[in-house]
Parts: sequence; structure tokens; C-alpha cells
Amino acid sequence: MWEPEAVKFNVLVEVRLHPGIADPQGATIERSLPTLGYEHISGVSVGKAIRFVCDADSEETVRKGVDDLCHRFLTNPVIEDATITIEPA
Amino acid sequence: MSVKVGVVLFPGSNCEQDAVEAVTALGGHAEVLWHGDESVGGVDAVIVPGGFAHGDYLRPGAIARFSPVMQAVATFAADGGPVVGICNGFQVLTEAGLLPGALQKNRGLKFLCTMVELRVESDRSVLTSEASIGDVLRIPINHFEGNFTCSPDTLAELRSDDRIVLRYVRNPNGSIDDIAGICNEARNVVGLMPHPERACDALLGSQDGAPLLRSLLAAAANAKV
Repeated sequence: MWEPEAVKFNVLVEVRLHPGIADPQGATIERSLPTLGYEHISGVSVGKAIRFVCDADSEETVRKGVDDLCHRFLTNPVIEDATITIEPA
Repeated sequence: MSVKVGVVLFPGSNCEQDAVEAVTALGGHAEVLWHGDESVGGVDAVIVPGGFAHGDYLRPGAIARFSPVMQAVATFAADGGPVVGICNGFQVLTEAGLLPGALQKNRGLKFLCTMVELRVESDRSVLTSEASIGDVLRIPINHFEGNFTCSPDTLAELRSDDRIVLRYVRNPNGSIDDIAGICNEARNVVGLMPHPERACDALLGSQDGAPLLRSLLAAAANAKV
């Protein structure tokens, strides 16, 4: 049986708070910006970036696995969600 | 024979000795359970204490929940055993799915280390059975991520099922509905941010934590019979 060879994918998981969940870090940064002369920046939010390398036969396989990983471990679904970016390494 | 209370020790816990001291002073027998143990060793109640389990890496409680002992704690809780999570222990219990909601950073981004007043809202839990509704207790808090949050549906359920057991008299951290402590549906698992184990001796400025831990010992004695 033909098996596709595993290739490496770079994965970036960006974790952020759900809209509506208070983000005191983002709010504090945003409030400090005018003192530095940045008057036109809004919507500041602070999250986490998690990077890793994944061996798999396809991007679809990676996405399925990482979706599950995010739900079970990398995010707390009560307050956070994640965007996943996958690229061939 | 006195009841046996297991106090879970993760790498990074730092309140386990306070819990052991308080339980002992109140007449219980306390023993420390290592997080790598796969059983709770026949105890009658479990305390998940405060600290920074696994360094609070990723999120408070996110990694602690995978420690082998937590599976045993979940089974113990499912069988009706009394379990209390204090501070970081509360965070661990929410991450483990034993309690609903989540704890996020305090409103105002300040680490809070101060005495607060709590109002007993329900006496139907393993932590409040020896207290009376309306009692105001002086108990310290010591946390950065104690701002309880949950979905509107969960909040409605907590309210209608009388599962909000303690509220702050003056909300220090932005916690939704002034919530300081909640219990599960079966009322045998309680999580709270304040530290009753640090308020069991006059030398510490308050003994108001004693009725709460006495409730836990009473629940443990009942579970034993």
C-alpha cells in the first residue's frame, strides 16, 4: 500500500481572548499609547503565540490534530480561541 | 478516629503546609499527596492548595490538570468525595472540568494580597455547611488571576442552583457577580480564591477560615461513614 511520506509543517497558534472578555493588558497598553504620541491606534489586544513543527502527510491532517490540541490544551475554550497558521517547513 | 485529608502537592504549590497546619489544628489528620501519584491513598477529603502548579505555564492549572493524581481526584469527586480547591487549586479544578468557568487576570492587572470580607451565600456545600447564610468572614486573598468568569448560561445555572457559595462584600478583582467561590452540581466540589487555611489562628489576624475547614472535616467524616 502506498503511504505518503511525512513532511514537516511549521505551525503557528495564536491564542486570544474571546471578544467581550476583558483584556486588561491590551487596555493598559492602549491607554499608554497617546503619551508616546500614538494617537490613532485602537483595538489593542494581547495574546500568546505558540510555534512548533509537526510531521504529517498533509496540511489537512495537521489542521485536524492542531484544532484538537487547541481545544484540549493550548486554549481555555471558556475565555480564549485560537487562529492556526500552517506552512510547509 | 480523625478524618484523613489529602493535600495535593504539585511542583510549584506553595500553600500545602498551610493547609496541613490548619487541618491538623482543627483536629484532622493531613497528608501530602504527590502530584505524580495515581491514587488519593484512601483519604476522606482532598484539598488542592494554592501556589503556582507547574509554574502556571500556559495558564494557571492548564498543566496541573494532566498530573496523574488529578485523574484520581476526579474519580474521588465523582464518587462523592469532598474536594476543595483554594486559589491556584480553584484554577486547577476549573481547568480539569470539575468546576465550570475560568479565572482570568484581575481587573486592574494588580496582584492582590490583602484581607477581604466574604459573605456566605449558601450553606449547602462541603465548605460552608457549618457556616450560616449571611455570615461575613474576614479571609485573605493572594492572587493575580482570580477574576472569575463564565458564560451567561453558566452564571444563570450557578445562581438558580444555589451554587455560588461565597461572594466578595467589596469585589477586589472584577469577578463576575462578585463570585469568590462556587460548587459543582453535587455540591461536594468547591473552589474559592480566598485562603481559609490562612485564617485559622488568632495570630494570623482572623480565625474566620475555621468554620469553612470545619465544614470540610465534617463532610469528610460523613463520607467516611
